[in-house]
Amino acid sequence: MKGRKGYLYLLPWLMGLVLFTIYPFISSLVLSFTNYDLINPAKFVGFQNYIHLFTQDEVFLKSLFATLKYTVLTVPLQLAFALFIAFILNFKLKGIKLFRSAYYLPSILGGNVAIAILWRFIFRPDGLINQVLGLFGIEKVAWFSTPATAMAVIVFLKIWQFGSSMLIFLAALQEIPRDLYEAAEIDGATKIRTFFTVTIPLLTPTIFFNLIMQLVNAFQEFNGPYLITQGGPLQSTYLSSMFIYDYAFKYYQMGYSSAASWVLFVVILLVTAVLFMTSSKWVYYADEGGK
Amino acid sequence: MELRKSKSIESVKMKRKINKIIRYTVLIAVAVIMLYPMFWLIGASFKSNAEIFTSVSLFPKKIDFAPYIEGWKTKTEYTFGTYFMNTFQIVIPKVIFSLISSLLTAYGFARFDFKFKKILFSLLMATLFLPQVVTRIPLYILWRQLGFLDTYIPLIANTLFAQEPFFVYMLIQFLRSIPIDLDEAATIDGCNSFQILTKILLPTLKPAIMSCIIFQFVWSMNDFMGPLIYISSVEKYPVAIALKMSIDNSSGIVQWNQIIAMSIISILPSIILYFSAQKYFVEGTTSSGIKG
Repeated sequence: MKGRKGYLYLLPWLMGLVLFTIYPFISSLVLSFTNYDLINPAKFVGFQNYIHLFTQDEVFLKSLFATLKYTVLTVPLQLAFALFIAFILNFKLKGIKLFRSAYYLPSILGGNVAIAILWRFIFRPDGLINQVLGLFGIEKVAWFSTPATAMAVIVFLKIWQFGSSMLIFLAALQEIPRDLYEAAEIDGATKIRTFFTVTIPLLTPTIFFNLIMQLVNAFQEFNGPYLITQGGPLQSTYLSSMFIYDYAFKYYQMGYSSAASWVLFVVILLVTAVLFMTSSKWVYYADEGGK
Repeated sequence: MELRKSKSIESVKMKRKINKIIRYTVLIAVAVIMLYPMFWLIGASFKSNAEIFTSVSLFPKKIDFAPYIEGWKTKTEYTFGTYFMNTFQIVIPKVIFSLISSLLTAYGFARFDFKFKKILFSLLMATLFLPQVVTRIPLYILWRQLGFLDTYIPLIANTLFAQEPFFVYMLIQFLRSIPIDLDEAATIDGCNSFQILTKILLPTLKPAIMSCIIFQFVWSMNDFMGPLIYISSVEKYPVAIALKMSIDNSSGIVQWNQIIAMSIISILPSIILYFSAQKYFVEGTTSSGIKG
């Protein structure tokens, strides 16, 4: 259909885009160059917030580093696991639907406080995990007492929610034409070889998509560290989103917190930009004739 | 020769069988590891506080509903009944508003040609990836200046304006798969564009609409940061914040069995919805493929 009527249907969204995205987006950038405590008028301070973040604030740098660590640990592991399970599910087995729903359930409930409570609870020194480890003769682990194990707890939670990536992989796997596999078999390729030379290249657009989505999510993770480890011990799981939350809604330093959020935003932007720029090298698009 | 052939067929069959067994073993092992904590939790909610920390068994020694009854009462002056009502006061408007606004937006994008459409569509896609963390503080300041802190308005308002690109994108994808001939035939019959949406497209869009409803329901039930920032009085707390309060408040002897019982109650609506409308969850995720 032609015509300006289209705008009419887009009007609510356009208004919302200005009010809920464009305005706050610009506003937070402006705020990041000020000191603002909600009571006194905002005071322009130039780059001072940014300079302070990077030169004076060890906690900030630590949180940024913890966020990177968390992202680097969760995203590849989660995607690899999702792909592995999707690959197994893709064979015609009985009861596939049952498994699929079982694996997907954690993703649905993922962000719920109840799940965070469950996690906090089963990783207690006397919790289920240690009880089970005890059955195998493994000594109790004080999960929340050392930086490495505390990080592991929130990383496990994220990997546990591999279901939605898995579903997307599964849908992509089912689109791969069967004759490609048959051709590979006739050529005498082994299963493993077929996986790496046929399946993986055809999946790269899906891998790329999942990768970007999971990265953007992981960089902003809040519920896990906030509710489970509370940033500890020694702020080893104090992720950037917690830092930003604390400075904004606990200490009411809106300018400083906005600056921190912009640093995080730029980090996310840089990582995704690099991925997009290199994507032409490793992402296979069938309709371009392939590469 | 014949014998050899049948032997090789046998061995192929055998190999397939072993393969199958390996796959099932992996699938079952993963499922057990993943879901054991959840099932154990259900059992734990009926256990005594002492039994929880000594038994890995799924089943309690005796079923005791006390954790549920005591937990429901809470340590505050309100029961979980109040917190559930509050949650639904947020969730239900969100579901309705986001469905209507997203549908209108998706229709505009999928069925009309106009200037700047490409730019606007890229903006929509950009917001899909935009980290919420950058817009949060100015929005808080805005709602504060408007005097809407400690109300549900900041939590609901954006759904009136189709500000969840996931739903818009998903609906666009579905709309594109519906042949345009249907619209054209309806135009000839004298339908205007709005009637085409409500009378022709809406019925065919049912699966997509179901996906929107259930995802919005579950995500809104899960939402923690929104109410954490905006809701400050206990009487207005949704379940998510009430649960969080229960683990903060329990100084002294922690009644873990009660907290667990209430955790289960709080995810029950989502679990029931999940198992009764699974098809739509799967379709929603795979058709546009996001969120996790």
